[in-house]
Amino acid sequence: MSDSDCNLCAIGPANPVESVLRLDRIPTIWCPGCGIGTSVNSFAFALMNSGLDLKKVVIVSGIGCSGRVSGYVDLDAFHTTHGRAIPFATGLKLANPELTVIVYSGDGDLTSIGGNHLIHAARRNVDIKVFCVNNMIYAMTGGQAAATTPGAALSTTTPYGCFEPDLNIPHLVDAAGACYVARWTTYHVKQLERSMGEALKKKGFSFIEILSPCPTYFQRKNNMGDGLAAMEDYKKRSKIRNGAPTGEIAIVPGGDIIVGKFVDRERLDYLALMRQQLGSHYHERGCQTC
Amino acid sequence: MAKGSVRVTAERCKGCGFCVAFCPTHVLQLSSAFNSKGYHPPSMIAPEKCSGCNLCGMYCPDFAIFGFRTGDSQKGKEAA
Amino acid sequence: MNADPAAVREGTHFMNGDAAACEGALAAGARFAAGYPITPSTEIVERFASRVPEVGGLFIQMEDELAASIAIQGMVWAGAKSFTVTSGPGFSLMMEHIGYAAMTETPCVFMDVQRGGPSTGLPTLPAQGDMMQARFGSHGDYQVIALCPNSPQECFELSVKSFNLAERYRLPVMLMMDECVGHMTEKVVVPAAEKIYVEPRRRTAKAPGDYRAYECGPDLVPEMAHAGEGHHLYVTGLTHDKRGYPVMNPATQRELVTRLFDKIKLAKNDLLMVDEDQTEGADVVVVSFGITSRVAERAIQMARAKGMKVGRLRLICVWPFPEDKIAALASRIKAFVVPELNMGQVVLEVERTVAGRCRTISVPHPGGTVHKPEDILAAIERGAR
Repeated sequence: MSDSDCNLCAIGPANPVESVLRLDRIPTIWCPGCGIGTSVNSFAFALMNSGLDLKKVVIVSGIGCSGRVSGYVDLDAFHTTHGRAIPFATGLKLANPELTVIVYSGDGDLTSIGGNHLIHAARRNVDIKVFCVNNMIYAMTGGQAAATTPGAALSTTTPYGCFEPDLNIPHLVDAAGACYVARWTTYHVKQLERSMGEALKKKGFSFIEILSPCPTYFQRKNNMGDGLAAMEDYKKRSKIRNGAPTGEIAIVPGGDIIVGKFVDRERLDYLALMRQQLGSHYHERGCQTC
Repeated sequence: MAKGSVRVTAERCKGCGFCVAFCPTHVLQLSSAFNSKGYHPPSMIAPEKCSGCNLCGMYCPDFAIFGFRTGDSQKGKEAA
Repeated sequence: MNADPAAVREGTHFMNGDAAACEGALAAGARFAAGYPITPSTEIVERFASRVPEVGGLFIQMEDELAASIAIQGMVWAGAKSFTVTSGPGFSLMMEHIGYAAMTETPCVFMDVQRGGPSTGLPTLPAQGDMMQARFGSHGDYQVIALCPNSPQECFELSVKSFNLAERYRLPVMLMMDECVGHMTEKVVVPAAEKIYVEPRRRTAKAPGDYRAYECGPDLVPEMAHAGEGHHLYVTGLTHDKRGYPVMNPATQRELVTRLFDKIKLAKNDLLMVDEDQTEGADVVVVSFGITSRVAERAIQMARAKGMKVGRLRLICVWPFPEDKIAALASRIKAFVVPELNMGQVVLEVERTVAGRCRTISVPHPGGTVHKPEDILAAIERGAR
C-alpha cells in the first residue's frame, strides 16, 4: 500500500509538525509504540507556538533512543557524547546567550551517566531547557536496568528483578534549584505541549520529565503489553497535581502517577549572577573568532 | 457534516494504534491493508464524526497522521 | 588577523609557564574556558578567570573534567574560541571528548601540564608520561596536534600557535606542558598585539541550504558554521556523511576516518616544528622535548666538550610525529638518544621511524624530577661508539 493508494492522502494540508522536522531523516529509528515520537509532537507545537526565531533555537542530545531526537528536529542540532548534553549545552548558552538551548535526552543519559551535570546545571541555574524522556530502561543498548527502573522490574541486567531503589528525578532537580520542574506522560500531549512552551519562555534552568512507553524492552520483559497498553496505563493511573511537593511524587509500581507542574520559581540565572557579581570588572567586547 | 478530516502517510505508520485509541470521537481503526513494512495504517470508519482536532497527530509517534479542520484548511497551510 | 590589543599585555614580564600559557590563550582570542581544578595546571585558569572579564569572556569551573572538556566544545560551536586545562588524571577523563572534537572537527585546545603518574601519582612533580595518551588516548583512529614548550616564553608562543592550528585544521590541539615548565618562572616577552598573528575561524560564506557541514576542498578541512546562523547544523559523534547526518556503513567510515588522517598528512610541512642544531655530520642526535630538552642541552654541551659530534633535535610539535626528518637523519648517524620523563614513549616512534637504520637509545625516567645530564651523556657516549 503506497501513499497514492490511500484514499485519505489526496486532500488536506501538510502535517504542521513537518515544518520543524528533518523529513529526510524519517522514518525514525524508534520502535512501534515507543513514546519518544509522541513527545516530539508536543515539542514541535511548543516550538511553533513559542514565537521564537527558530534560527536561534538549538537542540542538544546525549546518547540513547531519546538522544536521537536532535537528529529529527530541524534546528541546529548537536548529538553529543553519553551523558554530556548538559555541559555541552551550558557551553553553547554561555558563549552565545542569544540562543535558546534545549537538551532533549533520556533518563539513563541525563540522570545516571550525566547525573552530576544535571545537578550542577540546576544549581548554577544555567538558562537551558532539559526535556528528559523517561522510559525507565536503557533501551538503545538492549534493555538494561536504569537508575529509574522501578520496583522489582525485570531487565536484561536484573534477571531476578531489580532491587535498587529508583530515582525521583523531579525531586532531585527541585532540590538542586531548578526554576521550573514538571512531569507529564506521553499520554498528556496537550499538557506537555503547554509545559514545554512555558519552559521555553522561562528564564533559568527548566526541567520536564516525560514518562514514555518502551514496549520493546521495559514492557516486554515485564509482561506489560505494548506501547498502547502503557498509554492506557498512564491514562488510568495519572493524577494531575500541580504544585505537588516533589518529595511526594516518586513513581510506585501500580500506584498513582503524579503529573503536573511542580516548581515555577524565580532565580537569577548564571549569567545574570555573574554580571551582578563582577559589576565593573566585566567589559563587553566583540567576537574574536573571525 | 464532518468538521474535519485526517491525512495518513501510510508508509510512515508503524501500527501502534495510539491514534485509534485516543481519537475522542472514535473516527479511526487500523485498516486491514498493509504498508510496505507490514504495518496496518489507520483509516476512517466514521469520517462524519471527525472534528479535525488533531489529537491523532499529537499522539502519532511517527508523524504518519494528522487531523485538520476542513473549513479551515487554508489556515493550516500557512501554519505549515 | 592580529590579536586584540585589549587582551595583550605587551611588554617584558617575569612569569611562570602557566601564566604565560594563559596570556597566549588571551592573545589568540580565547574568551571562554571551562576547567576543573587540578595541580599543576590550575594557575592557567586562575589567571584566565581574573583576566578574561576585562575582555568580555568568562571562565566556568565545571563539576568535573568530563563536563569541562565538552563545555568548551559547546562554546566553540556557539562561535567562541575556547580551551580547557588539566593534568594526568583529568586528561584521562577528557579522552572521550578529545575523540568527539576530532570526529566533529571542533577546533579547541587542551592544555595538559603533565605530572607523575599513573593514577594520582605525583601531583606536584613533573613527568612527560601523557605523550602517547595525547596521541592515542581516545578510542578509534584520529589525528591530533601536540606541541611541547620548554620555557615560559614558549608556553606563551605555543599557546597562541595551538589556537591557530586548531582553527586551521579543525581538530583538538594539545599543549603538552609539564610541571617544570608550568611552574618555572622566567622572562617572557609578550609582543605588541599587531605582531601576534591570530588565525580566523574558517567560517563558511555559503548561504543556508548551500552549505554542507563536512564538505571540503583540496586541504580536506571543512568550513565551519555556528549555531544560530540558520544552517540547520547536525553535528554528531556518529560516523557521518558530508551533511553531518549519521551514516553507519563501512564506506562512510572509510571516507571520514581517512580524511581525518589525510588532512594532517597534507599539513605535515606546516606542522614540522623542530629546533635543530649541528645534526649535519653528527654521530649522535639527541631527540627530546619539553623540559627534558633543557637537561639534554647540558648533556650535549658536555659531550661536545669531550669532542663528540652530537646534534640536537628538539621536537616542538611531537604529534604529528616528524617522521621524514627522523628518517632522513637515521641514514646518516650512528644513534638517536631519546631522553624523556616517562618509561619510553616517544622513543617508540623514533624506533619505528628509524626502522633499524641506526641505533635508538632510550633514556627513560619515571618522573618526579628531571634527568641528570650525566645519564643522558652516558647514553650519548654509548651511541657514539
